[in-house]
Amino acid sequence: MPDSATVERTDAELIAAVLDGDPASFEPLLKRYQPRVFATARRYARRESEVEDIVQEVFLKAFHKLRGFRGDAPFEHWLMRLAVRTCYDFLRAHQRSREMSFADFTDEETEWLDRFVANPADASENAAAARELVDKVLAQLSPAARMVITLLEIEDRSVKEVAALTGWSVPVVKIRAFRARAQMRKCLEKLSREKYL
Amino acid sequence: MNMAELQKKLLAAARANPPSDTVPYGFEERILAQLAAKPGFDILAAWNRILWKAAAPSVAITLLFGAWTRFAQRTDTSPETLAADLENSLYLPFDNSTETW
Repeated sequence: MPDSATVERTDAELIAAVLDGDPASFEPLLKRYQPRVFATARRYARRESEVEDIVQEVFLKAFHKLRGFRGDAPFEHWLMRLAVRTCYDFLRAHQRSREMSFADFTDEETEWLDRFVANPADASENAAAARELVDKVLAQLSPAARMVITLLEIEDRSVKEVAALTGWSVPVVKIRAFRARAQMRKCLEKLSREKYL
Repeated sequence: MNMAELQKKLLAAARANPPSDTVPYGFEERILAQLAAKPGFDILAAWNRILWKAAAPSVAITLLFGAWTRFAQRTDTSPETLAADLENSLYLPFDNSTETW
């Protein structure tokens, strides 16, 4: 028979224990899900101190709102909804109004774009410059546009999943996705006009 | 420049490079310490909670008294009762014979 201490407790058992007044039972939940929440937060915040603040807020909210978790969906889904909404609040609070110009690009990023203009097939999407470039372009988008592009296009989620995560309705997600793609294209067009026309 | 192609390429770059899921050392201790710290008493939040809790009973009591008042008025508004009340009120000063002034 296995030792009871070594048996991993399920999310439901841990949540029940926390609600019964044992806050220490929150620690295994925290350890189990913090890598996922960190990965999500890093999609929206660049500085590590900001990422840590977001994750901290997510788990503090989760602890205090745990009574509101009904258990009809997995805890992970509930927590990720909380994480996405906290990230959205972060984006809205840290909205940058400064427009990006070519002067903001590093030599590697400019080189990658030059390679793309010469021959799109030569510009690899695995290049670090492409990674940095997409981060800078995404930072130019509105919070809603950035959120919907990240969830739909980068994380490859369905419209329904995005609606569940953000709390927006399905038609709102579709409209915001359409506007977000247009906004991103406009941002790229502006940059290309500045440099190549 | 082909914008649609550039957009596709940049999104593919973001997809190909998911962010790291590493957790800084000792991060969970920081959260648990925050949870262990006793939160300060927020008087506004407490007042807000009390008001919300009182809202439903207040509405129920208002409805109950409203209904009762309406019902009570209906039973008392028979023409005889009204006439008797009016007569009593009018003749009250003349009936009061104990007054000496």
